[in-house]
Amino acid sequence: MKRVSGLLLAVLALGAMAWAQSSLLINGAGATFPYPIYSKWFDEYHKKNPNIELNYQSVGSGAGIKQVTEGTVDFGATDGPMNDDMLKAFNDKRGGAVLHFPTVLGADVATYYVPGVTGALNFTPEALAGIFLGKITKWNDPAIAGANRGVSLPAADIIVVHRSDGSGTTYIWTDYLSKVSDEWKTKVGKGTSVNWPVGLGGKGNEGVTGLVKQTPNSIGYVELIYAAQNNIAYGSVKNLSGSFIKADLASVSAAAAGAAKDMPADFRVSITNAPGKTAYPISSFTWLLIPAKFQDAGKRDALKGFLKWMLTDGQGYVEALSYAKLPKEVVEKEKKAIDNIQ
Amino acid sequence: MKNAGPATGSRSFLAKLRSGDEIARLVTFLFAASVVLVTVMLVYQLWIGSAMPRHKFGFHFFVTQVWDPITDEYGALPFIYGTLVTSSVALFLAVPLGIGASIFLAELAPARVSDTLEFFIDLLAAVPSVIYGLLGVFIVVPLIRTVIFPTLNNSLGFLPLFKGPSYGVGFMTAGIVMAIMVIPYIISVSREVLLSVPRDQREAALALGSTRWESTWQVVVPFAKTGIMGSIFLALARALGETMAVTMVIGNTPRISASLFAPGYSIAAVIANEFTEATGDLYLQALVELALVLFLLTFILNGLARLLIVVTAQKGSGIAS
Repeated sequence: MKRVSGLLLAVLALGAMAWAQSSLLINGAGATFPYPIYSKWFDEYHKKNPNIELNYQSVGSGAGIKQVTEGTVDFGATDGPMNDDMLKAFNDKRGGAVLHFPTVLGADVATYYVPGVTGALNFTPEALAGIFLGKITKWNDPAIAGANRGVSLPAADIIVVHRSDGSGTTYIWTDYLSKVSDEWKTKVGKGTSVNWPVGLGGKGNEGVTGLVKQTPNSIGYVELIYAAQNNIAYGSVKNLSGSFIKADLASVSAAAAGAAKDMPADFRVSITNAPGKTAYPISSFTWLLIPAKFQDAGKRDALKGFLKWMLTDGQGYVEALSYAKLPKEVVEKEKKAIDNIQ
Repeated sequence: MKNAGPATGSRSFLAKLRSGDEIARLVTFLFAASVVLVTVMLVYQLWIGSAMPRHKFGFHFFVTQVWDPITDEYGALPFIYGTLVTSSVALFLAVPLGIGASIFLAELAPARVSDTLEFFIDLLAAVPSVIYGLLGVFIVVPLIRTVIFPTLNNSLGFLPLFKGPSYGVGFMTAGIVMAIMVIPYIISVSREVLLSVPRDQREAALALGSTRWESTWQVVVPFAKTGIMGSIFLALARALGETMAVTMVIGNTPRISASLFAPGYSIAAVIANEFTEATGDLYLQALVELALVLFLLTFILNGLARLLIVVTAQKGSGIAS
């Protein structure tokens, strides 16, 4: 018994020491999509600055926005920018603005399983919108076949698969469809969950992939990272300048560079269907949400330091995890924006 | 003399306290009361947490088929339908199987076989639901898509129950996976109940010249009826609230279809799917109201179940529990 309580004391003492040493703990919560790179960054940054510890919970973009608005975390993270109502809610509650900082880029790809078709298919925006609206119902529809000459497509019914859980991946996909199809924009709209006109729902990237792989003549969408890491085949999509582009790190970065010229000061910008010859059209930023005003100067300076590091050295870790880097133009703009944190 | 009454009273209270009776009574009472307290607080939280959609949609929430987070229009009907249909399919499959198996284990099998099998049944009951979901995705879904549904569609396709394209996922698949999940509960509880039927009952029936099966079916099972019902309601409760396995195989489409093989959605599944990314207060509160609806559904079905027990118990037969 004595030995046990002695041990307990030792553990407690060690714990207290550890707690005393990591003097500054900064909490964040939000999007799941950038979680692998964020945890890598926070880990590396902690190694370089042992007195600063950043803690991140990947609870989802919606929960991230909610928690940063309520002040239960120091910063949030989201895959879709906060809309004006959300910004107003933040201002009402916290008496200050919240700033968006793009961190990395991701993209959605169209994955499909059509028996007999082995090569990569080409998709026009009209074909994708038509399929997901339920207007194009057969694989040999001229809208699909026209972009895939030489491929023999079956006269089979298309089975559409989408995400059933609310997700940034869905936000990017529906944002893109809203831009290329007026009918989609008015009938469905964009969001992390929408009222799908057709199709089956799969939970998570793995759920969508599972359904697509199993169901003949199906099509779905997943994150580029997920497709790359699991060797899932996906199609090319026609971009604004008319070329069919396959998603990869370079073509996603190109989309961001194309959008950088018209980048608004608050970085709340959608880069789907971005201009640029080599730009992949279904790409998006993911953002950190940082309050503009901090009560705690220590936390403020630590976060500013982290942002600077993330924009410079931090970007070096990005591509190893299959994310696309921020283009130079955006990095320069963000460096200036860091000064807005007070 | 006048003071003697209260004095002995308090002394006996003290004595009870010292012997532990009163303490035990108080402590266990608190434990029991906490169950009620938790239930009341749960309903209260769900009620105030769903104020916005309750005021905005009122009763329409129950009859609207649209679920659109973009236009902020929410209706629970497809989810209620999906929850009820999948649970019914699950019970339809699991009840005969479960009760049949429990009769064999309790009445007909040698004790050693019965105990060994009971061990496996308890193991099955402890398997996490995500494992059953994976089993559904990789075995039941392809089986339904390539074998079961095409066969039914070819032979009974004129019935609306078996119409439509073959997706593999849907109400039926979810029902089958859920049935596999709840069977262990039915078997385990029913077996215990059957084993607790007094030996005299069996001996009396046998002495009157009945066969082994007659004594089982006409004496033992009716005697244990209330307890068997209890096992079915336990299974029903599990089925209504099942989330993970269902969302993996139901298709997650908020639509009402007559076909059992069409994709659908259930209340628990939509809450699990959409809660984390629900932005906007009305959206979040609509999901909370769905939770309230699920609670209400469980409450009503449990109430009906109790009523059924009372009604059938009045018709005679035993009172084993």
